[in-house]
Amino acid sequence: MSRVPLDPRTAPSFQTAAKVLLGDAQLRKNVRHATDVIQNKRRRLVEEKHDWQQMRESGRQIRAHALQHLDIYLAEFERNFTAAGGHIHWARDAAEAQRIVIDLVKQTGTSEVIKIKSMTTEEIQLNNALEAAGVHAFETDLAELIIQLGEDQPSHIVVPALHKNRSQVREIFRKKMNLPNLGETPQDLAEAARQFLREKFLRVPVAISGANFLIAETGGVCIVESEGNGRMCLTLPETLISVVGIEKVLPSWQDLEPLIQLLPRSATGERMNPYNSLWTGVHPGDGPTNMHIVLLDNGRTDVLADHEGRQTLQCIRCGACQNACPVYRQTGGHAYGSVYAGPIGAILTPQLMHMEHSQSLPYASSLCGACYEVCPVKINIPEVLIHLRNKVVEQNGWYAPESLAMKAVAQAFLSEKRFRAAQRLGRIAESPLVKKRKQNKLQVLGQEEAQTPGWIGWLPGLLGGWTDTRDLQAMPKETFRDWWEKRNEKGSNRT
Amino acid sequence: MSTARDVIFQRIAKAKGASTPEAAHIAYATIERNYQSAPSLDRAPIIHLLEDRLREYDAHVYRVTESNVGEQVKQILAARNIQRVLVPDGLPESWLQGAIFEIDNQQSALGLNDYTAVLTTATLAIAETGTIVLQNAPGQGRRAITLIPDYHLCILRTTQVVETVVEAMRLLEPTKHLPTTFFSGPSATADIEMTRIKGVHGPRFVDVILVTDEIL
Ligand code: SF4
Repeated sequence: MSRVPLDPRTAPSFQTAAKVLLGDAQLRKNVRHATDVIQNKRRRLVEEKHDWQQMRESGRQIRAHALQHLDIYLAEFERNFTAAGGHIHWARDAAEAQRIVIDLVKQTGTSEVIKIKSMTTEEIQLNNALEAAGVHAFETDLAELIIQLGEDQPSHIVVPALHKNRSQVREIFRKKMNLPNLGETPQDLAEAARQFLREKFLRVPVAISGANFLIAETGGVCIVESEGNGRMCLTLPETLISVVGIEKVLPSWQDLEPLIQLLPRSATGERMNPYNSLWTGVHPGDGPTNMHIVLLDNGRTDVLADHEGRQTLQCIRCGACQNACPVYRQTGGHAYGSVYAGPIGAILTPQLMHMEHSQSLPYASSLCGACYEVCPVKINIPEVLIHLRNKVVEQNGWYAPESLAMKAVAQAFLSEKRFRAAQRLGRIAESPLVKKRKQNKLQVLGQEEAQTPGWIGWLPGLLGGWTDTRDLQAMPKETFRDWWEKRNEKGSNRT
Repeated sequence: MSTARDVIFQRIAKAKGASTPEAAHIAYATIERNYQSAPSLDRAPIIHLLEDRLREYDAHVYRVTESNVGEQVKQILAARNIQRVLVPDGLPESWLQGAIFEIDNQQSALGLNDYTAVLTTATLAIAETGTIVLQNAPGQGRRAITLIPDYHLCILRTTQVVETVVEAMRLLEPTKHLPTTFFSGPSATADIEMTRIKGVHGPRFVDVILVTDEIL
């Protein structure tokens, strides 16, 4: 049941992958439907919170602060989690994390584990590594189960199977669960999953999870979920192994106040997701007696080192930017060649890959700013995208395929209403940055400072208000696109 | 040879400069927290709001006075045709009417799977989000007992209801080390075409009795 995982190191460029996916009408319909539904629910629930902007600002400050003092909070978390009976492991990269998990599983003597949906374990391709080591992992989240049984790949960080509709899911379950008479309603399908997994929950002695938040002050862990599969995994087995990015740590309990409100409203358009679990290490008579956390770097310290890119690590993985993104809504997630799709993937993946792979991703955006508007922790994604484009240009030169690839994206997305104007802005925004960034290069700025000066202060305003963008008269006359199109007309196309 | 831990801390220090607990402490105090932290409604509408939210999740909600809890439990269990109920230690005897109530004896998950119903109290409830908070405490028990049985009857006092998530988090602060579960309605998924389907792995049916011992 192993599948080819999404791997940024081998994935085709966004443009190439997108072209193929754009031809899949069913997929586009499924993605559009799902993202429409979540966006509408989210909008209603954000509007009813009159203190939404204050929560966002707190959320941003908490996450930025935790990153600014990451060493302190990680050490504090380690101390407290260990004092509470847990074990901490450190992994520099994916291979090291895989090894640690495999060793821990082997020590228990089991050849089966149950898993809670975790994008971090997808990032390190854990299931395949386990399989190769003779350990079968059962995904227990409904969407992940659909993906696993369908030998598919996740296309969204919150709703990983949103590209499949009910009849496609039914076909997968019919075949893989051997249920020839399975009905087609979502209830039938959920019931089939309940039956299929119940026995595994009751029997399998090891669970593997990620985590939404770690709390330094208490050594606590927080996992939010909907189905109860998470609760099953983190209370019934004897051993729980959680693989968690080092950026997930929060200073204290108090910091959950805004974050556990921001997350469900942004992610699924719910006031609260059905289940939030919080615990601190081993609690005799309640839950696993053998608890491990693998703290994963895998490129995160590189992102931390880039003071303009650093805000990427504030992400709480709500997926709102994906649902809001006109590009993601057209292509779905697989085009991004990484488990992190959409705007967050476009900024996170290339950075995690040390800018050596996924160089087309920073161009997989119209810079319309919708992602920034919805981000619950105010990550200025357009700003980071431009910063990364600039890095690509610095590395490869202006005429490198990645720099020019935006033209291909543009053609693919002309149907999206906002696209052309946004893209024009994107072109314009790019060149001043190239110069400016060079000047700033050696300055060491805290994130708060980095967001204010120069073009950065100018950009969000420009991208944020859509009505402003119609009046482009004050902008430079010849954009890159205009220039490029003229070149094409003259027959000097190099592509 | 340096360990992975050393290397990661070195990378962090190189990435942004090493910090100190004092610097972190001082900076932490400057984080703005200007969101709502006090109730905006009176007590009566707060309880109504909780009832509405719970009903939106398809829970049945009953409001009774303390002396009528046992009778209400009996009626609900009869209506649902439940004869045997798992309970944690520490519930008032007077609540346990109308069925055989078996106290959790730390049986295995397989043992728990024999029960279709569980009855507990809760630490508190959040009206705004329709959330009930369970902790490992007398009357609530370990986490598994409210997870495996398909039906959960939860009894709490209206004095345990707050309006906002922030108030709840502050009340929970002294017991933040306990295993804690927030549940908002029955287990659900929207993974298939974004249709909310009730009941995947957690309890599919939840009823709530609110005990009114405050004057609303
Ligand atoms: S970048 Fe922001 S909107 Fe996107 S997933 Fe992360 S937190 Fe959510």
